[in-house]
Amino acid sequence: MIKYVLKRLLLLIPVILGVILIIFTIMYLMPGDPGRIILGENASQEAVDQKNEELGYYDPFFVQFFNYLKDAITKLDFGESYRTSKPVFDDVFARIPNSLKISFNGILGACIIGIPLGILSAVKQYSAVDTISRVTAMLAAAIPPFWLGMMLIFAFALKLGWLPSSGAESWKHFILPMITLAIPYAGSMLRMTRSTMLETIRQDYIRTARAKGVPQRTIVFKHALRNALLPIITIMATSFGGLLGGAVITESVFSIPGLGTLIVTGIRQRDKPVVLAAILFLAVMFSIIMLVVDLLYAFVDPRIKAKYSK
Amino acid sequence: MSEKLLEIKDLEVIYQTDEETVHAVNGISFDLNAGESIGIVGETGAGKTTTALSILRLLPEKTGIVKAGSITMDGVNLLEVPEVEMRDIYRGERISMIFQDPMTSLNPVLRVGEQIAEALIYHNSDHKTKEQIEKRVEETLELVGIPRARKNDFPHQFSGGMKQRVVIAIALACEPDLLIADEPTTALDVTIQAQVLAMMVELRRKLGTALIMITHDLGIVAQVCDKVAVMYAGELVEKGTVEDIFESDKHHPYTDGLFGSIPNLTVKSARLSPIEGLIPDPTDLPKGCKFSPRCPKCMDICKETPPKEYVDGTHCIACHLFGGKA
Repeated sequence: MIKYVLKRLLLLIPVILGVILIIFTIMYLMPGDPGRIILGENASQEAVDQKNEELGYYDPFFVQFFNYLKDAITKLDFGESYRTSKPVFDDVFARIPNSLKISFNGILGACIIGIPLGILSAVKQYSAVDTISRVTAMLAAAIPPFWLGMMLIFAFALKLGWLPSSGAESWKHFILPMITLAIPYAGSMLRMTRSTMLETIRQDYIRTARAKGVPQRTIVFKHALRNALLPIITIMATSFGGLLGGAVITESVFSIPGLGTLIVTGIRQRDKPVVLAAILFLAVMFSIIMLVVDLLYAFVDPRIKAKYSK
Repeated sequence: MSEKLLEIKDLEVIYQTDEETVHAVNGISFDLNAGESIGIVGETGAGKTTTALSILRLLPEKTGIVKAGSITMDGVNLLEVPEVEMRDIYRGERISMIFQDPMTSLNPVLRVGEQIAEALIYHNSDHKTKEQIEKRVEETLELVGIPRARKNDFPHQFSGGMKQRVVIAIALACEPDLLIADEPTTALDVTIQAQVLAMMVELRRKLGTALIMITHDLGIVAQVCDKVAVMYAGELVEKGTVEDIFESDKHHPYTDGLFGSIPNLTVKSARLSPIEGLIPDPTDLPKGCKFSPRCPKCMDICKETPPKEYVDGTHCIACHLFGGKA
């Protein structure tokens, strides 16, 4: 098991190098020189040229790439933002907690709503509960987050005044974003849970358990749910990973400084170092999440565990 | 004759869906004394498993419906017992079932010991402690020939035959009065089949459990059972003691066909002689005798009226060939 984890961690190195190479290439191909971006429209051409020279903009691609790698690895230096002239690392690092918080909360909320309802829906297939859950899930999954976010702000911040509408200062600021993200994801969570549970409930070993006289609740939670958990874990983790950098709309609606908005503004402003560092961080996070998922698989299913220890 | 343990009377089961109604079991009756064993023989789709599931009331909830008849165990009609009582007293405790495919009938994520213990935990009327249950799990495993140390293994660490032993251990853990074995050896290869069967015979002798053996293999019936019921398209076409079925010269043509399709070692023949045709579509059964479309001795009356039962002592045959003599 430990050997497997180590192997997977070592595998992270080529994956991340590959990610850097791809993003670096795309950024390299992007038009516009950093000197102009940094110094602005009105700077003289000589000043711009000098700045470009300083930043190594005229170096060949691979020289630039290896310089970037060298600084990143040896000094954790990912360059300075073209716009703010502050080290990118600090900027990205400052936003990580916010992104982690809204993604984690959103997925947690989605699980709390989606999984139990999905189980209920599967156990009582074709009943009124099932129909209502399914229709609601479809609606929930179809709600655009910007609309939901604004409606929530309208109701709970503007009209009722219970919760703040924007910012990231206290836990209260994270309640509305959490709901905004949780509801659509709860919809897909519910559907996934329902379909895998339905499939599991039809398995022979469930019938064996029934024939043993095991009560329904134990059958559902001990026998069926554990077997249905793998796809649920997968969708949970990929959604979480996706939200880390992908909750742009929610971040902007609630004015939370997160990674998603950082990347989008970075791209819009051609702030290459910012985009590179932020995406790099996301790639690392995503790889780690996937590793955790695989370890969770082993924890849930002994057959997978046996495969890992080979 | 000892007291009747189980009596099934005119049992009729259908599977009802929006599109169609499948007549799976059409009025079968048989009984079983304590400690006795009956073999239910028939082709795939004859309604054997449906009969077994009806006894435990484990038919698919929405679609499987018992339309008529009674299943009586020690004077109690199981079809009228409340679900909770069914679960607590009958399933796993008094009646247990061994399923066809050992590969899929064990939960892959639970240790086998845990799966055996479960039957004991939920039927713990004499308040066994945890240690006693563990001990009983180990005993049961050894009973079916698995070393006790393997109780902490997961199903994927066992071979097919070993898995079926575990399934049998689960079924026997509570020492039930009645064991229903639904083709317990079909999924196993022949040598393992023989081992598992021999073990079942041995265990039955030791524990005195009554047995319903569902199979399509007449050889197994001869080896294991006291009584035989031949099932075709949801009906019992012939029933009797093993002697009645294997030694009498009067048979339902379907039973003749079944025996005819066993390869004979003494007579040299180039081909097997199967029963021609297929089992009728259970959504649209023939009006008269269900076997008439395939029957080599079919008469006009067979196509119109369902046959009456011809009874000769313990031997019953539902066929017009013997009609009128009953």
